[in-house]
Amino acid sequence: MTAVDQPPIIIPDAAEAPEEKRRRRPRHIRGSRPGWFVYASLGVVLLAAFFPYYWSLLIGSGDAYTIRDPNMSWLPGGNFFANAASVVNDPAVNFWPALWNSIYSSALIAISVVFFSTLAGWAFAKLKFRGSSILLVFVIATMAVPTQLGVVPLYILFSEIGWTGQIGAIIIPAMVTAFGVFWMTQYLRQAVPDELIEAARVDGASSFRTFWTIGVTAARPAAAMLGLFTFVTAWNNFFWPFIVLDRSNPTLPVALSLLQSNYFVDYSVVLAGVLLSTIPLLILFIFAGRQLVSGIMQGAVKG
Amino acid sequence: MTATVSPPTTKGGSGATRAPKRIGFGKSLSSWDLKLSPYLYISPFFILFLIVGLFPIAYTAVISFMDWDLVRNSGTFIGFGQYEYVLSNPKFWIALRNTFSIFLLSTVPQLILAIFIAAMLDQNIRAKTFWRMGVLVPYVMAPVAVALIFSNMFGDKYGIINTLLSNIGIPAIGWHSNAFASHIAIATMVNFRWTGYNALILLAAMQAIPRDYYEAATVDGAGKVRQFFAITVPSLRPTLIFVIITSTIGGLQIFDEPRMYDQYGTGGANYQWLTITLWLYDIGWGEWNFGRAAALAWILFIIILLIGVINLFVTRSLVRDEGSRSSMTRAERRAAARNARRAVAADSAQQARTREEAAR
Repeated sequence: MTAVDQPPIIIPDAAEAPEEKRRRRPRHIRGSRPGWFVYASLGVVLLAAFFPYYWSLLIGSGDAYTIRDPNMSWLPGGNFFANAASVVNDPAVNFWPALWNSIYSSALIAISVVFFSTLAGWAFAKLKFRGSSILLVFVIATMAVPTQLGVVPLYILFSEIGWTGQIGAIIIPAMVTAFGVFWMTQYLRQAVPDELIEAARVDGASSFRTFWTIGVTAARPAAAMLGLFTFVTAWNNFFWPFIVLDRSNPTLPVALSLLQSNYFVDYSVVLAGVLLSTIPLLILFIFAGRQLVSGIMQGAVKG
Repeated sequence: MTATVSPPTTKGGSGATRAPKRIGFGKSLSSWDLKLSPYLYISPFFILFLIVGLFPIAYTAVISFMDWDLVRNSGTFIGFGQYEYVLSNPKFWIALRNTFSIFLLSTVPQLILAIFIAAMLDQNIRAKTFWRMGVLVPYVMAPVAVALIFSNMFGDKYGIINTLLSNIGIPAIGWHSNAFASHIAIATMVNFRWTGYNALILLAAMQAIPRDYYEAATVDGAGKVRQFFAITVPSLRPTLIFVIITSTIGGLQIFDEPRMYDQYGTGGANYQWLTITLWLYDIGWGEWNFGRAAALAWILFIIILLIGVINLFVTRSLVRDEGSRSSMTRAERRAAARNARRAVAADSAQQARTREEAAR
């Protein structure tokens, strides 16, 4: 166990270098602070980004007639908790099971994608083996295959083994992604110097041990981001869960879709449900939004 | 470097067990370890992909040539019948038109807006992280949730958009009854969710542009707007290509938003916003005709491949004449950058001198 308790290997993060360099430039080159136009346009963008959230709070805290009221107030009403309660208590929606299903399926998918992608990414980035470049091209090519192409046989397959309606049917197909493998390969390629692996090998470490002590340590930042993105994607996924799950055992997006399927749609209840189902991800965003931002920006440069 | 790596742990803990490992049996073992473990590491991906990726693709092709019987869970071979049915059905062409219309309406404005936002974020603004996180807020909302909110805002009768329009004297628009209007509404949902995300990707690309270019341009007297179109936009090309390709693959598969645009989810009374995937779902899990759904899935895949190939050719030609498009040759550019650096150095030397004098 000594290996695991070793202090983390410090690997210089190449991505941070240009930013550092830029910051050190004298002020008159960086340019002065921008004028009101920049802040005004960003303010408009921010307003547009938040407005739908506010709108759903506005309607979701009113009653069924709020939306038809021509003199509608721009302040939230007092009915949000009543509307939320009618979402939660709607027997057709199964809110609590849906919430739990979403949480644990997304978490399992994220963990599995991160683990298998790190493993495969390590092999593609740092180990030499016959056919590695061809196989990597194959992995990348699979990203262009649309989900729709596989849904019919997958549905047949899962109904053969009696898994339709089971959460397992949405976890299994999502356990590895080509994007994840590609992402980890790109990251590990620049994050770990080859001499380090060479040194570990000379010292007699086995292949898996090298992976575990060097690869996993170095991969941690990229793995965290991959996990976040996979979690968000899995949480929001609708097409396949909508096909394979049934009303009694849904995920949150599937449950949400049921809110609108009645003949008479009470939008105050629907939008209260929308807000309720978005709260968990908003909480995640408050804590991990910074990581999401830097994840998108790093992926852009390397991908 | 070696010091940072964990020491080799030999199971006995003594050097004696380690020595023979280097030569005899141990060596062949470790060479096997080296040869085999890479395959072991990538195997989970390939095994799972085989089961949930490759097998379904091949099997979809098989099913698409069959009339699938749900009760027996098997099919009878009928040749190209399903493809003929799909391609001769007017619904397919309507769905194709709608899919492309929504795709264009959600890609072109989105990219323009994303470049603009990225350019704003690339300025030397205060509270950078706050603004960057702010534009990403829509991304965490599920497409289903976005669709529910927007289908309410775009309501034909009581929607906020129509209310606002009538307040400024524009007659109400049939966001659901008119095909093109419904495409705009659905494209707006896509734009809402993805513009900020793409803006951050483009922002990263903008920050990778060497600042020397701007320095040189400033020295040459080019204004901010001129700099943006002469330096920023051409340098973004590879990233733009990446964004366009990913949004093509995603955009042609659009399902969540049109599905939730009304309470029936069948694409409207006259199929105003029926998309290919929406129709696929309807054939497969509404009519329970798996053979036909499989044929449509393959047609969709071929369309995506075709668009991808066209993309590739267009982008290749764009990338190739990137050099010739710019007004300066490389030598000129380098000279300009050198001049700019010299000017900057002289400038800062000057400043240092004045500062020294002031200190005295």
